[in-house]
Amino acid sequence: MKDMGEGYTTPDGRRIGPVLMELRNITLRFGGVVAIKDISFDIREGEIRAIIGPNGAGKSSMLNVISGFYVPTEGEVWFRGEKRGPMRPYQVARLGIARTFQNIALFDGMSVLDNIMTGRLTLMQSGLFSQALWWGKAAAEEDEHREKVEKIIDFLEIQNIRKTPVGRLPYGLKKRVELARALAAEPKILLLDEPMAGMNVEEKEDMCRFILDVNDEFGTTTVLIEHDMGVVMDLSDRVVVMDYGRKIGDGPPEEVRNNQDVIDAYLGVAHA
Amino acid sequence: MLEQLTYASEAALNGLMAGVMYSLVALGFVLIYKSSGVFNYAQGVMALFAALTLVGIQNGQVPFAHLINAVTGGHLESFGWQVPAVLAILLTIGVMVGMAIAIEKLVLKHLVNQAPIILFMATIGLAYFLEGFGDVMWGADIKTLDVGLPQGINETVESLTGAWFGYGFFIDNLDIVAAVVSVALVAALTVFSQYSKQGRALRAVADDHQAALSVGISLRFIWILVWSIAGFVALVAGIMWGSKSGVQFSLSLIALKALPVLMLGGFTSIPGAIVGGLIIGMGEKLFEFFIGPMIGGATENWFAYVLALIFLVFRPQGLFGERIIERV
Repeated sequence: MKDMGEGYTTPDGRRIGPVLMELRNITLRFGGVVAIKDISFDIREGEIRAIIGPNGAGKSSMLNVISGFYVPTEGEVWFRGEKRGPMRPYQVARLGIARTFQNIALFDGMSVLDNIMTGRLTLMQSGLFSQALWWGKAAAEEDEHREKVEKIIDFLEIQNIRKTPVGRLPYGLKKRVELARALAAEPKILLLDEPMAGMNVEEKEDMCRFILDVNDEFGTTTVLIEHDMGVVMDLSDRVVVMDYGRKIGDGPPEEVRNNQDVIDAYLGVAHA
Repeated sequence: MLEQLTYASEAALNGLMAGVMYSLVALGFVLIYKSSGVFNYAQGVMALFAALTLVGIQNGQVPFAHLINAVTGGHLESFGWQVPAVLAILLTIGVMVGMAIAIEKLVLKHLVNQAPIILFMATIGLAYFLEGFGDVMWGADIKTLDVGLPQGINETVESLTGAWFGYGFFIDNLDIVAAVVSVALVAALTVFSQYSKQGRALRAVADDHQAALSVGISLRFIWILVWSIAGFVALVAGIMWGSKSGVQFSLSLIALKALPVLMLGGFTSIPGAIVGGLIIGMGEKLFEFFIGPMIGGATENWFAYVLALIFLVFRPQGLFGERIIERV
């Protein structure tokens, strides 16, 4: 692929910046099982980067490596020009890498608002003791964060469920709340693990629109996993295709679509 | 008849005060349960350990004196100084925080993602360990705890009620102090858990570990924080109960009284622990007063447990517990 250096502008006028994160020769093994085999790719600032592949291709594992939930057996993760050492997931989150989960991980007992507020924990300054001693200052800080959260709530059109405990929401809305919580962290990279899984057509269209709007409005760098080819092709700037833990394609959607390996992986190939 | 009513109100009032003491212990359980889903069997022993440590520091006792004497053949007993109560309490808080860190490092850290029952078993182990450790550290003899809390009959209450009803109520000063302290403690804890950053993080960890990690919450920090707070609550309970009835092994058994309180109030609710304690405290005194004489007395020993059983049948989540909803 040709080097694009400091970035470029897409045909629809969005600015794509330089490389933000680079994965170098990532291999992930669980005992004898190889989940990811020597994969390298990069993520540019402001782009929507998709990882696609059939079930069991290692897409979620890849996302877990990026978010620190898995530590790669071999290989390096470079973020903003620096090599990232071994880190716990909460430390990765504090670097500004927010994520959603395939099977939704929300705080069921808490309200939608409180759930989204947890997304801002890493951005809150006052510590335990200053909160106890200068209650007024902490309260002011809380208000400020609350305002940001309200903006996200408006943006994702979930105003009317603000006070509802998350456990009572239907699936589609839960997915949206999870997105809101990730956005609340004002992430440098937003990781979405199958944001459209299990949704009906209408919900999928909504979610697509939100992902595009978020990227447009805040310039959020987004990495998403999906196995529905159609959705991904419309949404993303560049696509990584995985199959059996290997990378079999990488590039703009139209290029990947015509890649013979990718077609084989998706449609199956007759072995002679 | 009127006289009967006066006696009953005195019993009820005393029951409320006793209930506050139960609530104090129950509170420690609720805190840990809410934030880590673990039922901390060791809470009662923690109260004992905190009280032992406080007395030990106050009297300038040498920790592990018996052990040291047995090994070296010396006769160490005491440093020979007295530490003022406030300073001793602060030092004890320090010890409880140290204990929280040790528990996280030695026990919890190795049990991440284990089933709640495993963690529960670990707290049983912890209870027995702490019990023995407390003995070795400070000796097994019965100690009196005096941090300067007022004790004995409250004369204001006595003279006021005497003027109103022609009969002065007996209310212990210590109970009144305990009630005030509990109310303050509960208010502080509620504000902390509902409105502070760490409180929100704490509730988040209780709900979902993975999600908590993904928003940048360090589980280890939260656990240390929770166990420190539980240690602090144990210390408060230890001071109140220790002042009342001396510091000795039976102090750890007050945890048993907290169980029915929790079943009544719900394991997840701080206000529930308070209301549950009050209901049980008052209920057992009134039951003893009205029904006791008919069935030969001594009902206080079992009344709380029977009440809890009845609650288990009709409202298993307790009065204030979160409704258990199962989505199909």
